Amino acid sequence: MLYREAGQFKSTYLADSAIFPLRQDRIAMAVLLAIAFIVVPLTATPYLFSAILIPTLILALAAIGLNILTGYAGQLSLGSAAFMAVGAFASFNFILRVPGIPILVAFVGGGLCAAAIGIVFGLPSLRIRGFYLAVATLAAQFFIIWFLTKVGWVTNYNSSGVITAQPIVVFGYRFDAPAPKYLLVLSIVALMALAAKNMTRGNLGRKWMAIRDMDVAAEVIGIPQMKTKLLAFAVSSFYCGVAGALFAYAYLGTVEPEAYNLDLSFRILFMVIIGGAGTILGSFLGSAFIVLTPIVLNVTVGWLDASGLHVPASAGSNLEVIVFGVLIIFFLIVEPLGIARLWSIGKEKLRLWPFPH
Amino acid sequence: MQFFFEVLIGGLLSGVMYSLVALGFVLIYKASGVFNFAQGTMVFFAALTFVGLTEHGLSFWMALPATLVVMVLLGLAIERAVLRPLVNQPQISLFMATIGLSFLLEGLAQIVWGTSVRGLDIGVADEPIGWIADRFGLNISKFDLVAALIAAVLVAALAFFFSRTRIGRALRAVADDHQAALAVGIPLQQIWGIVWAVAGAVALVAGLLWGARNGVQFALTFVALKALPVLMLGGLESVPGAIVGGLIIGASEKLAEVYLGPMVGGGIEGWFPYVLALVVLLFRPEGLFGEKIIRRV
Amino acid sequence: MTAARSIGGTILEVDAVSLAFGGVKALTEVSFDVREHEIRAIIGPNGAGKSSMLNVINGVYRPQRGTITFRGVPRHGVNPYDAASSGIARTFQNIALFKGMSVLDNIMTGRNLRMKASFLEQAIWIGRARREELDNRARVEAIIDFLEIQHIRRTPVGRLAYGLQKRVELARALAAEPALLLLDEPMAGMNVEEKQDMCRFILDVNAEFGTTIVLIEHDMGVVMDICDRIVVLDYGRKIGDGAADEIRGNQAVIDAYLGVAH
Repeated sequence: MLYREAGQFKSTYLADSAIFPLRQDRIAMAVLLAIAFIVVPLTATPYLFSAILIPTLILALAAIGLNILTGYAGQLSLGSAAFMAVGAFASFNFILRVPGIPILVAFVGGGLCAAAIGIVFGLPSLRIRGFYLAVATLAAQFFIIWFLTKVGWVTNYNSSGVITAQPIVVFGYRFDAPAPKYLLVLSIVALMALAAKNMTRGNLGRKWMAIRDMDVAAEVIGIPQMKTKLLAFAVSSFYCGVAGALFAYAYLGTVEPEAYNLDLSFRILFMVIIGGAGTILGSFLGSAFIVLTPIVLNVTVGWLDASGLHVPASAGSNLEVIVFGVLIIFFLIVEPLGIARLWSIGKEKLRLWPFPH
Repeated sequence: MQFFFEVLIGGLLSGVMYSLVALGFVLIYKASGVFNFAQGTMVFFAALTFVGLTEHGLSFWMALPATLVVMVLLGLAIERAVLRPLVNQPQISLFMATIGLSFLLEGLAQIVWGTSVRGLDIGVADEPIGWIADRFGLNISKFDLVAALIAAVLVAALAFFFSRTRIGRALRAVADDHQAALAVGIPLQQIWGIVWAVAGAVALVAGLLWGARNGVQFALTFVALKALPVLMLGGLESVPGAIVGGLIIGASEKLAEVYLGPMVGGGIEGWFPYVLALVVLLFRPEGLFGEKIIRRV
Repeated sequence: MTAARSIGGTILEVDAVSLAFGGVKALTEVSFDVREHEIRAIIGPNGAGKSSMLNVINGVYRPQRGTITFRGVPRHGVNPYDAASSGIARTFQNIALFKGMSVLDNIMTGRNLRMKASFLEQAIWIGRARREELDNRARVEAIIDFLEIQHIRRTPVGRLAYGLQKRVELARALAAEPALLLLDEPMAGMNVEEKQDMCRFILDVNAEFGTTIVLIEHDMGVVMDICDRIVVLDYGRKIGDGAADEIRGNQAVIDAYLGVAH
């Protein structure tokens, strides 16, 4: 009843191709942004900022990156974390070696380096398809992390392998406390998500999806395969690179190769698939799911323990792993197209609610 | 030169062990198009179950069939509970489901049998074979050789199973074309169940050998990461590909580590197989033995 | 009906094209021409090399020998991208739509060559990127109206019935505003009403936009009715070429279709 398009007519293609063609959606988005930018910073606890909100946003950004590549352009990647690492280490070196460089410029530089490396590892996609392509991205994953560990110059000859990240300073303001860090991350992620939405809803997004759905037919209607695929690799890696820099500077506080292991790559892929491949919204939902589930499980086990049911520590962590695995399988079985799909089905239902027909 | 051959043979023999894991992947991929990432965890699960049973007083020859039964049941259960509800879904969703499955199995095995690292003795020592050392001056591990022989026997048995039995023929038909196989009355789901059960049994053999060599511990799940480049190099749906791929990866990895590693600071075993597989794929995009995909419009 | 159009000079010339896959000869020394604004049919029994011929014209296959001259530019072999940019569009025998996209998006991809905004402009969604999106949308809507598929604009193509999918594929090809349109069995698998609709669309496209059309079709009634000239292929060789009446009386064609005692 409340959620329907009746009476909202569009007289221009501009209005029809807007991101949120429906008034209700626009209002909801405005409210959501107001909460994220105003209410949350005023009310949230430091724990909420550093353990949940900041990682969710940063990983959502990485998931958007992977979604562009895998969800839109159809190129499977198991190496997103490696491109994040490139972004983090490149940013570190920019700040270290270029005196007076603004940190945001360093982040962009990190993203650009990741994009360049992404193009290199994307080249095999012109010949190799499907699961075989996973080998190229896995090669990137293992090689890049090995390289960052072995080559002293990139870590500034740090012996421990764990570098403390330089402080984030923008226009003389030091982003130390969780709330300002959150706002910085939120702003960057919101802007980049908007840009991603714009790219994917327009001609570029259609080209990517055309390559994904049927590359031979795409070429026949004049979509150059090489350029389109490599652009997907570049844009995707740029997003991952910036996310990687934020991950190091705004979340971990350290720059270390081991943080960007294969496990993180898998987690980001989970976010894309469980959230919904080929949707920007899904990247956020997936990220929230993957970040929150272990925390909720951990709290639940702790709560069980406290309420008298003794759970040995090792059993607790194993239980978490089991439930996490089961939840993933469950979600895939219930909705193989992701949570974002559930969301749009929900909206369809809401159009009719509370009347069944 | 002698050292070179030692490294080469050692590499080839450990390559056979990679093949063993890759074989489990190939069976399932061939029959159902599922890229089963949980194969590595199944290897771990099998080894841990076996060791757990022997710790509870079962002898080697009692624990072996018991674990085999567990693995076959596990395979059937996975097919029934995870894969069947996901039939006709995108391959990547199936792949993700198997990663979820590997979490589940990993937690399950450790909750039942505990997390401590355990040794596994299958009665073959990891020591040089005397008469080869005497006659040729080569140090070849007895364990590696026996493991390679067991793997060879298993491969031969599987080859026989596929080419000579009714189920094997049905399986090849299913691998060729699901729809056509259904149309001529091959029970698709039954075949998938069998394949998962066989993959469980293969995981048991791999688990015993790998467990005996490296100890039964969580790190055993990482053998999947060794098997991936083997698979890609050989071709995802090819049994001979898994064997040859394993030999190539095993040998080249060891040689690279010994001769190339010191030049670049070592530790290249982690990525070298992937880069090698990648280079091969650039020339043969479907692997050495994979089916050539003809793309049509 | 065809008299209203003025058929012009040669737009496409196929000269002695030979194509083989390994040892199998798909096309042997095939030559024919297509004149501007005409509807040209390629007919022949199954496996005669008709689809291969179209694939050679728009660069999916590269012939071992022979030349394709399109709009006065001779080419030995082109790639599909060049063919598309030079103004050749086509549909496929087994529908090649983008399954995960809506009807509207599918047709919009047909106009990708006319959209020049860089990815950065698209990311910011101002100026040229937005203008191009809206202008091209207007052109696409005109095609949607023309082919009478307004009601399924937002539907994912995977959910459409076969006949409608064929129509969407035609719309995508038309969106490119091609000079030469290749249609591979546009009416295969359709019932009589759907065939009549499709015939009407083909004739309208030809009459209104002046698009030159080369089509493959098995329904002889349709071919004889709507086509100006016909090429007949059999076992990869040309065995007939001419207007409908000439083809009807051609002994080689009758033999190929009806069979002949060897």
